[in-house]
Amino acid sequence: MALIEIRNLAKAFGTVKAVDGVTLDIGSGEFITLLGPSGSGKTTVLRMIAGFEDPDAGSISLAGEDITHLPPFDRDVNTVFQDYALFPHMTIQENVEYGLRTRKVPKVERAKQALEAIASVKLEHTADRLPHQLSGGQRQRIALARALVLRPRVLLLDEPLGALDRQLREEMQVELKKIQRDAGITFIFVTHDQEEAMRMSDRIVVFNEGRVEQVGTPQDVYNKPATRFVAGFLGAANIVSGEDAKKVFGKSKTVSIRPERMRLQPSNSKISSDESSVSAVVQEAAFVGANTVYIVETEFGLRLNVSKTNTELLGQDKSFAAGDRVLVVWHNSQAAEIPA
Amino acid sequence: MLRLSRLTKALLVAIVGFLLIFMYTPLFVLILNSFNESQISGWPIESFSTKWWIFAKDYQPIRDALLNSVLVATGAMIIASILGTLFAFALKGFDFFGKSTVNILIVLPIALPGIVTGVAFSNTYSNFLSPAGINLGYFGMIVAHATFCIVMVFNNVFARLRRMNPSLQEASADLGAGLWQTFRLVTFPQFRTSFAAGALLAFALSFDEVVVTIFTAPPGVDTLPLWILKEVGRPNQASVVNVVATVVILLSLIPVYVSQRLARAQEEER
Repeated sequence: MALIEIRNLAKAFGTVKAVDGVTLDIGSGEFITLLGPSGSGKTTVLRMIAGFEDPDAGSISLAGEDITHLPPFDRDVNTVFQDYALFPHMTIQENVEYGLRTRKVPKVERAKQALEAIASVKLEHTADRLPHQLSGGQRQRIALARALVLRPRVLLLDEPLGALDRQLREEMQVELKKIQRDAGITFIFVTHDQEEAMRMSDRIVVFNEGRVEQVGTPQDVYNKPATRFVAGFLGAANIVSGEDAKKVFGKSKTVSIRPERMRLQPSNSKISSDESSVSAVVQEAAFVGANTVYIVETEFGLRLNVSKTNTELLGQDKSFAAGDRVLVVWHNSQAAEIPA
Repeated sequence: MLRLSRLTKALLVAIVGFLLIFMYTPLFVLILNSFNESQISGWPIESFSTKWWIFAKDYQPIRDALLNSVLVATGAMIIASILGTLFAFALKGFDFFGKSTVNILIVLPIALPGIVTGVAFSNTYSNFLSPAGINLGYFGMIVAHATFCIVMVFNNVFARLRRMNPSLQEASADLGAGLWQTFRLVTFPQFRTSFAAGALLAFALSFDEVVVTIFTAPPGVDTLPLWILKEVGRPNQASVVNVVATVVILLSLIPVYVSQRLARAQEEER
């Protein structure tokens, strides 16, 4: 049995259907990410699990118990807020003690646990400070400590890294993953950053317009996108449909292929038997550091993006320039048919 | 900062200076005159003395009036604090039919002429409540004062609640706090400064109210302003009136001053 079972969950704000029939199982100890653009319903689902929004329809159960309409304070889940929501008039230690205080843990014991939790995020020296005296990254860690000190079964994280700069963000991604693994707590993580989602998650749930588009491992959703939306939202993709799909791939369905899964060869060169190709002319070659991104156009006017890792210095590859006639080559297994 | 020429600056300082002198000289003269030894205050003051202060201190009608003023202002402040806060929460937290009307109705009493409020309450008390056997008496005066004091607390608390981060209350609930616990530990500490500032303004507003008091004070009950109003026509009481007026000034100014300081302290907190 899954730890959290969400069935046909729906929530509308006025006439806007924020969440429109979401069904999802989340396993114990899993790091699952709700990924989607803003307004896709991912945060609303998280807020319904936390108890901040009351669903219009559907149900949520935690460890077999129906929690759909329970108030937030009766649920064994805790939240790390996007803006951290530390209480500004309390010291860091008081903030972290707060949940223990509402659970009537004796004073000495809760001070001990709170200090341990603060130490576990390496911020012992801040215990007596007020939140506004801490940096964004430090506040983020305290928000985490405040939730984790209660040892919840499920931790909900609402874009917790959104306000951090890139470097700090990447550090925290690694750290969060480690904390999750060590504590064995189920993490439900909301983000709109697909790279962050792939880096951290056991499974990704892709949201669009209040519905779940696909659920799967990062590899699944990246390599076998279930819908056109998923293919386009996670990383770059060449999405080819209609007549073009027939001409290039010999398929009547829409096909998605990643730019880095194709390569360019001189137009008169050979390809192996399990590969396919289409001839094209290079329109543009853009050097972007680790990669060069080529835009090529076939004789029948289809434009494709092809990305190549820059390994010329290793003598492994040849580059092309605008105007070159080339062969675009891919392994047959890399052209993913989109079912929907 | 705006850059101004010297002449403009000098002119502005002169205008502000003139206005301040115009506004505060009469008050200053009044306070000085409370230390005038002669019974009929005149100018220039010939000799200073605390004689009238000592007289006022032991004069029973003044002591009674002071007590009444403090009681009424405190009562009005308490009622206004509770109702003003409840209104602020209702208007901040919920959407309901007639919300903007309710908002206007809360603010309206402060804009109504005191004489209208006074007549209205006096009529209600004597034409409806008394015949029905309900005699509010002293409490009726407090209620009448509270009506226009509510807005002071309401405005302060409402403005603060609007700026409050709504996820703080969610975080509190998320960490296991019930509604009352969240209010006590998180919400109230967030707006208590505004609450205190509003309550002090309410006190000051009630303390120096005259018109509504005239209509609603039970027979034989004087507040300090009412006492002044009655005595001001008697020249031989002029110096005592100055003493009482000075007390009224102080007791109104102190709460306003503290209230301003609180508001400023809160600005700096963020």
